[in-house]
Amino acid sequence: MKRHVLHPLWVAIGLVGVIFIARQFLVPDDFGVHGDSFTYNYYRLSNVQEWKDFEIKYRGRDSCRECHADNVRAHRRAPHKRVECENCHGPSGNHPDDVEFLPLNKERSMCLRCHADLDYPNTARADLPAIVDRRHKRGRECVECHNPHDPREDVS
Amino acid sequence: MSEEIIVHGVEWTAKELFVYPNEFIYWSIQIVMYPYMTGLVAGAFVLSSLYHVFGQKDLKEIAQFSLVFSLALLPVAALPLLLHLQQPLRAMEPLLTPHFTSAIAAFGIVFTAYGLIVLSEIWFVYRVYFVHELELLKSRSGFWNVLRRIVYTILTLGARDVSADAVRVDHKAAKILAGVGIPVACFLHGYAGFIFGSVKANALWMSPLMPVIFIMSAVVSGIALCMFTYIVIMEWKAFRSRRRDSAAAAGEIKGVETDVIHKATRYLLGFLVAAISLELLDLIFRGYTAMKSWDILRSVMYGKDFVNIFVLQYLLGNLVPFVLLLLPGRTIKRTVVALLLVLFGVFMMRWNVVIGGQAFSLSFAGYMHYHIPLIPHSLETFKEGLFGALTVIATPFVLFWLIDKFVPSLRRDIGEA
Amino acid sequence: MTCSRRAFLKDTLGCSLASVLPLSAFTLLTRTEARAAVANSNVRWGFLVDTNKCVGCGMCVKACKNENEIPYDAPVTRTWVERYIVTKDGRTLADSPLGGRDGYTQREISEEDIEPEDIAKAFFVPKLCNQCDNPACVQVCPVGATYKTDDGVVLVDREWCIGCGYCIMACPYGVRFFHPVHKVAEKCNFCYHRITKGLDPACVQSCAFGARRLANLRDPDDPVTQIITTERVAVLKDEYGTKPNVFYLGLDANVR
Repeated sequence: MKRHVLHPLWVAIGLVGVIFIARQFLVPDDFGVHGDSFTYNYYRLSNVQEWKDFEIKYRGRDSCRECHADNVRAHRRAPHKRVECENCHGPSGNHPDDVEFLPLNKERSMCLRCHADLDYPNTARADLPAIVDRRHKRGRECVECHNPHDPREDVS
Repeated sequence: MSEEIIVHGVEWTAKELFVYPNEFIYWSIQIVMYPYMTGLVAGAFVLSSLYHVFGQKDLKEIAQFSLVFSLALLPVAALPLLLHLQQPLRAMEPLLTPHFTSAIAAFGIVFTAYGLIVLSEIWFVYRVYFVHELELLKSRSGFWNVLRRIVYTILTLGARDVSADAVRVDHKAAKILAGVGIPVACFLHGYAGFIFGSVKANALWMSPLMPVIFIMSAVVSGIALCMFTYIVIMEWKAFRSRRRDSAAAAGEIKGVETDVIHKATRYLLGFLVAAISLELLDLIFRGYTAMKSWDILRSVMYGKDFVNIFVLQYLLGNLVPFVLLLLPGRTIKRTVVALLLVLFGVFMMRWNVVIGGQAFSLSFAGYMHYHIPLIPHSLETFKEGLFGALTVIATPFVLFWLIDKFVPSLRRDIGEA
Repeated sequence: MTCSRRAFLKDTLGCSLASVLPLSAFTLLTRTEARAAVANSNVRWGFLVDTNKCVGCGMCVKACKNENEIPYDAPVTRTWVERYIVTKDGRTLADSPLGGRDGYTQREISEEDIEPEDIAKAFFVPKLCNQCDNPACVQVCPVGATYKTDDGVVLVDREWCIGCGYCIMACPYGVRFFHPVHKVAEKCNFCYHRITKGLDPACVQSCAFGARRLANLRDPDDPVTQIITTERVAVLKDEYGTKPNVFYLGLDANVR
């Protein structure tokens, strides 16, 4: 039997060997099965902490209260009490350290999200006071007349 | 970070009625090209193996050509994927951390294994030729000859024995590899079918028949392409020799051997029948069982995609060439027309599976229309557009031309069994 | 035939030696001791959507985009709200313009204006990643770039994803997409960076109507878990066997 027939085999083994050596350098050490199943738990472990370290943008009403207690208190007694401050004022992030004034959205389109009358029966929307956009002070901003912190108030 | 904001798919997807917000045609023309190219690879190899394994002597010339051509096709099979990946620089990862529950992870292993088999088989068939060429080149100088000498020295892998025993071993090894290569070629393309057939979320793709359908149509397309390219090359060589009016040349190159073509055609027809039967079976089953998705599937297949499926694929791509090849008095010209139609039909089959599967929304209440970018105006519209597809189609011929310079595929004196 | 027997033996030896390399690869997939550190078996995140309470304001979509840095004007979103109108003559219309990012302020649906008297029922359905127990998306990832954590959230490793899109095709719910900037697969992860610090996901916090609520399915004292276990809830598309962990109150049969 001629031995030269094995020459391609050595090349093949060499190639596979190169791939395995490359693996040692290119694949992170914490890559593996971290859990019960290879199907669902095969991953790079440090990625979990990377996601945990993702920056938080919305801090929530409780952090607004630290400096804006009056506004928060007034807002909490009014019909909009369950609407988060940041819904209209935007995510606070590191405010006031990086941004002094948050981008407040006072546009009509903000209010219409809940208060445009779609006339759908049997939805929670039907319980909200609503306007037909084109019939009620079209083109004007709602906040010209309505106080968003306490919509019962007429500020016009 | 001032990176470009490109929503992948938004440029070539038009939505109609109710489609989920994140749905776009993510798998576009390059994912049509990929199974098409791997299918050509598998088919070319099977054609070559019909000679090496089953001793079909009539197929010798085209078998040799097919083997080398399948080598030219192989890297091109990976090209559509590189063009499609959103992170092409990470393309090695399926080889580094293969998640074997995914059919695509098989790609790295199967592709590498198959490449090694094809390369090895070519080596065994051409080794004697390499050694002889080295002998001839010893006395010659000049850049091109030096280059050839270097290449052939490497290609011989140090095996210079050309005794009768060694040659017998070469032939045996080539035969074994050709035999082993057939199931690997089937796997190469079967897994591509599995990629689609195992996606339960896609009502059109999900089917156990998908891997088999893909294999059958792959072999069809591979045989058709090899036959077509072989005919073109042989006829061109004959034409060129006739023009030169050289007696010796005319004696050597007679053009295409019609026996070879007739034999190959019979195999082509067999696989074509198998492919059509399975596809019709799949369609009939879906209509009969009428699952939740049937309404939207039916409206896509019989409505929007009717021309694509029934006229372009089944009629022009399957039935017409079938008839053309069966009618008595078959000429080379008629065969060429049939082969081109077959190639077109298999392409349409890939198109109708990949694009057709994304023509309807997961909501089953809306449609997506694919408008392939014709004139590229960005990297993305080039890669996933018409010009990207044309690049993929053209490359195997360029590669083949290059490879043929070192591994001549149409020499009759190489690889006598 | 001596030749071929020797050849056979030689080939076998060669193949056995050759297979030592790949077999040794199995040791590269070890279960690390970190498993003990990561194990969070007393937390299993779940979600409850009450479609009876959703008014379609879309604040959740806006908050999600801001919190998770999804480009605001890009037509992709980690979570969205769908609107359904079922007419009295039995037609179901649905839409979700930009995922409901700007809320629903127009009556026109799919360019049709349905008169209120023709509406049998209309409602809104928020959707997000179901963080399935058997996620099809994780099964099909070729490189292990997406996975399920011990506390039940399916995450995507942005450094490892190759962007093949297989996970996007495999998800029956259509929650995945390519991030327009990072160019990798992306989807809702229950604001993992927030819930692991005791905060609510951005969409839950921004919902003024209590239509979205986070749950710890392993905590029997969690009020949301109590609703899920004691009241009649539904899931989306359970026929795919994915075992979703987002539960719905008021899920209508017409919901796609």
